[in-house]
Amino acid sequence: MRHVISVLVQDHPRVLNRITSLFARRGFNLESLAVGTTHVPGLSRISLVVSGDDHTLEQVEKQLNRLIEVLKVTDHSEPHVERELCLVKVHVAGVEERLAIKDIQEAFRARVVDVAQKSLILELTGDSGKVGSFIEALRPFGILEVMRTGAVAMSRGERTLKVREKREAV
Amino acid sequence: MKGAEVLLKALEREGVEVIFGHPGGAIMPTYDALYDSKIRHILVRHEQGGVHAATAYARASGRVGVVMATSGPGALNLVTGLADALMDSTPVVAITGNVPRALIGTDAFQEADVTGVTMPITKHNYLVQDVNDLPRVVREAFHIAATGRPGPVLIDIPKDVQLSEFTGSFEVELDLPGYKPTLKGHPKQIERALDALEKAERPILMVGGGAQHAHGELLAFAERTGLPVITTLMGLGAFPGNHPLWLGMPGMHGTVAANRAIHHADVILAIGLRFDDRVTGKVSRFAPHAHTIIHVDIDPAEIGKVVRTHIPIVGDARQVLREMLKGAKPLRLATWWRELEEWRTRYPLRWKPRPHLQSQEVIRAFAEATGGHAIVTTGVGQHQMFAAQFFPVTRPRSFLTSGGLGTMGVGLPFAIGAKVARPEELVIDFDGDGSFQMTLQELATLVKYKLDVKVVVLNNGYLGMVRQWQDLFHAKRYSEVYLADSNPDFARLAEAYGIRGVKVERKEDLMKGVEAVLSADGPVVAEFKVYHEEGVFPMIPAGGAAEDMIIEHPAEKEEVEA
Repeated sequence: MRHVISVLVQDHPRVLNRITSLFARRGFNLESLAVGTTHVPGLSRISLVVSGDDHTLEQVEKQLNRLIEVLKVTDHSEPHVERELCLVKVHVAGVEERLAIKDIQEAFRARVVDVAQKSLILELTGDSGKVGSFIEALRPFGILEVMRTGAVAMSRGERTLKVREKREAV
Repeated sequence: MKGAEVLLKALEREGVEVIFGHPGGAIMPTYDALYDSKIRHILVRHEQGGVHAATAYARASGRVGVVMATSGPGALNLVTGLADALMDSTPVVAITGNVPRALIGTDAFQEADVTGVTMPITKHNYLVQDVNDLPRVVREAFHIAATGRPGPVLIDIPKDVQLSEFTGSFEVELDLPGYKPTLKGHPKQIERALDALEKAERPILMVGGGAQHAHGELLAFAERTGLPVITTLMGLGAFPGNHPLWLGMPGMHGTVAANRAIHHADVILAIGLRFDDRVTGKVSRFAPHAHTIIHVDIDPAEIGKVVRTHIPIVGDARQVLREMLKGAKPLRLATWWRELEEWRTRYPLRWKPRPHLQSQEVIRAFAEATGGHAIVTTGVGQHQMFAAQFFPVTRPRSFLTSGGLGTMGVGLPFAIGAKVARPEELVIDFDGDGSFQMTLQELATLVKYKLDVKVVVLNNGYLGMVRQWQDLFHAKRYSEVYLADSNPDFARLAEAYGIRGVKVERKEDLMKGVEAVLSADGPVVAEFKVYHEEGVFPMIPAGGAAEDMIIEHPAEKEEVEA
C-alpha cells in the first residue's frame, strides 16, 4: 500500500544521505522524496512516498526514528492534504493542437508558464493522481519532458509535526 | 590551544584511559599532542586490530572503547570492525584524521569519503568542520555510543582542524532532540508480561547480549521464578553457564534442550536479543507453540522486526528486570522441568571420541583446568562454536566473539582489548588456523605491551566450517578450503616474535599442552593439531527449524540414541 510520510529533521549536512542510505540498505521502496526548509531555522521537512505492507511501514517508521537527526516521523493515515507540483513541456504541432491543449489546461486548472513556437510548458499542482491524469491527457500531443516534485503532505486541522517531547533524561 | 589538544582534553574529560590506534599523515597533529597526554596509547600493527581491540575493551569493561586511525586507508581499515561493533551493539568511538578541508573532494593523497563509507555501519558519525565544535562533538559521540542501544560512532577530523586555534568552550550541553532512548519499561506491559508468565505452562526465558549488564537482576529473576534460561551466543555469561536453570545456547549449533524448549514453549520472555536467523532458523516455523512472545529491547525497531511480538516492552534490560522482579513469583513448572530435564540428560553436548586430538576435548580441558574462570575470545567458525559449547563461562563480559557479523580474525585483537581492559584476568583466545591468520600481525602488539594472552590455535588445516557445509550440503566438494599445505608452523612463528610457542599433536600430550599454556609466564601461542573431519553438532541447517536438528553427523546416525 502507498503511504505518505512526513519527517522532521535537523538540517545537518548529509541528513538526506542518511535517509536515502537507510532506504537502500533496508530495501525499502521509495517512490518519491521532497525536501525543504521550514519556518524554524535549522529544521527541514521531508515528504516520502513509500509503498509496502504494514510490517514494512512499521519498520520504515522505526528505522527512521533511530537516526539521531530525525526529530519526528508521521505516517499520514489521518485526513491530510497532499500536493505535487509538475512541469510538463508539450509539443505543439499547430493551432488546432494549441486549442486542444488549452482545453485540457483549463479542465485541470493548470497554468501556462512558457510559450514557444512549437512547445508549451504547463504547470500543475495537485495530488499525485491528478498529476498522473494530466500527464496522460497530454501524452497524445507529444510530451517533450516532465518534472514532478514528488508529493508533499500536511495533516488537516490543528495537528502539526512537532518535535517529540523529552520523555526522560538519559 | 590547537584542535588536537582540544580533542585529547575532551577525551580525558570523557574518562578515556586508553586508545588503540595507528598513526599516519592526516592524524599526525593528534599523535603529536598525544605525546604529552596522560592517555595510554596501544600501537597496533593494522587498524583493523585496533578497532577490534577497542570493541573487546568495551565489551570486557562496559566502558567506551576508543580507536584512532589516519585518513583514507587507515580509516577504511576500520570498516569491518565498525560493522562488527554495530551488529553486536558495542560502544566504540573511532577517531580518524582526514585531509585538510580545502582538499576534501579533490581526490587528495590518502583521501576517502570516510563519513560516507561508514554511514551505514555506525550508529552515527561526524565530520568536524569547525575546531570549536570539537568538545560538543566528542561529548555527543560518547553519549550516543554508550547509551540506548550501544554502537560505534566515528569522528572524522580534517588535519587543518586539528591544527586550528581553539576559541570555544569545553562547557557544552548535550543537544540531541532526536535522540531520547526509552529506558524504563511500560508498567502496564510489565504487568501483562508477569501475568502471561504466571499463566504459562511451558515458559522460557531467552537472553542476549543486551542483558550482559543485567546479570545480577537476571539471576535473581530466574531464581525467583524458576524459569529455564537460554542464552544466545552474545548472551553467554549473562547467566552462569554452570547454573541448574541454564539450558544452553539456542539456534544453529545450540543444545537440543534449548531448541526443543523453544519449540515447545507457550510463552517466551526474550530480553536483549534480536532473533537473529542463526537463532530462529526459518522464522515461520520458529516457536510454533508460543502463543505469547514478550520482547524486551531497548531498540524499538527490533521489536516486531523478525518475530511477531505480543507483549512489547521497550526499555533497558536491567531496569525492566528490576521492575519485573518486584512482581515475580515462583512459577509452578515441575511438569515442564521434567520434560526439559529429560532432553538435557538425554542429549548433552558431546562428541564422538576418535584416536586423533579433537577441538572439543582441547577446549573442555582448558575449561576444566581453569574452572571456567577466564575471558574467552574466539575467531569465527567451528572453533568458535566449540568454544561456545564446551567452555561454559560463568561470568558476564567474559565470552567475546563476533556474533552478528561473524568476523574471522577477531580472536587475537579481542584478546588484546580484553587483557588491556582487565589485566588481572586470564585471557584465552581459542582461534582457528584460518581465523588466526587474518590478524596475526597483532602478535607484535602482545610483545610490545607484554600482554599475557594465551592463544590456542585449533589447527585442523581447513576452513572447517565451510568444509562442514561442503560436506553436508555440497556433496563433499571441498572447494578452496584446504590450508594445511601452506600453514606456517605456528609455534615457530610465535617464537619469531619472541613469544613462547607450544605444539601439541597427539591426544596423549593434551594435558601436558594445557599445563604448558596455563603455567607459562607471559603470552603463548599453542598450536593443537586437531582432527580435520570434525563437524559441529547439533546442527539446524540454515533455513531449517528445531525439528530439522541434526544431532550427529548423518554418516554416524545409527549411533544416535533413539
